[in-house]
Amino acid sequence: MSESTTNIQKKEAAIPEKGERTRERRVYSPQVDIIERKSEIVVVADMPGVDEKSVDITLEKNVLTIYGTVEAEMPENQRLSVLEYGIGDYQRSFALSDEVDKEKIQASVKNGVLKLVMPKKEEVKAKKIQVTAQ
Amino acid sequence: MLWSEVERLGRFWDPWREFERMRQSLARATASASTEFPLINLWASADSATVTTEIPGIDPKAIEISVVGDMLTLKGNRQPEEITEEDAYHRRERWQGQFAKNIQLPFGVESDKVDARFTKGVLYISLPRAEADKPKKITIKAE
Repeated sequence: MSESTTNIQKKEAAIPEKGERTRERRVYSPQVDIIERKSEIVVVADMPGVDEKSVDITLEKNVLTIYGTVEAEMPENQRLSVLEYGIGDYQRSFALSDEVDKEKIQASVKNGVLKLVMPKKEEVKAKKIQVTAQ
Repeated sequence: MLWSEVERLGRFWDPWREFERMRQSLARATASASTEFPLINLWASADSATVTTEIPGIDPKAIEISVVGDMLTLKGNRQPEEITEEDAYHRRERWQGQFAKNIQLPFGVESDKVDARFTKGVLYISLPRAEADKPKKITIKAE
């Protein structure tokens, strides 16, 4: 196990600056990996309880926000007797750099994991500078 | 649950509020929560229990569930994202690798009737109570 064993409790997301939440449910900040590859940046977020229909991705200026809505699924006729994790929605925002081609961002969800693939712009990719002989 | 509470909640019953209410009453009852991965929630009635856990991104085939008496064991493994030498991690918060956890159930379980479902990264295990473990109703004979 990685470092997460010491802190595996879900972390609640900060209340957005522009106001309070109107829905009565908790909102958690999903754990993410961000990987920079040669031609793209990949964001992987753990959002258990979310599928492709219940995730919203918005891009406003340079801020990419992911929001996952979770439906509470509770067993019928049984009472909660051990509670180690809470259930709620997920929200997290990322500031994108200019090197990302915003038109080509792709998102997919599988087994509760959201994957965002953000290709880099062509001019950023070609960084190699030709040296000409004189 | 008291029936008076059901009436009070009435048609405004909201699963989120109900979950929050149970969560708060449990927080008072149990001082220390387990911090062993993966975290679980346990739901129980007199004759069945449900264990749920959030293990997103895992291959369902890589989850091993076993039950002996009243002990449930969960084992699994999640592979990290494939990366090459040219790639770099900017953030690495997600868990990876192997895990194993024993969960004490409130009663013995009919192990061949245990049912598990994995959907959207959440594992639901339904555990029926063993017949031999069920309380016997004692009839009072009138003299």
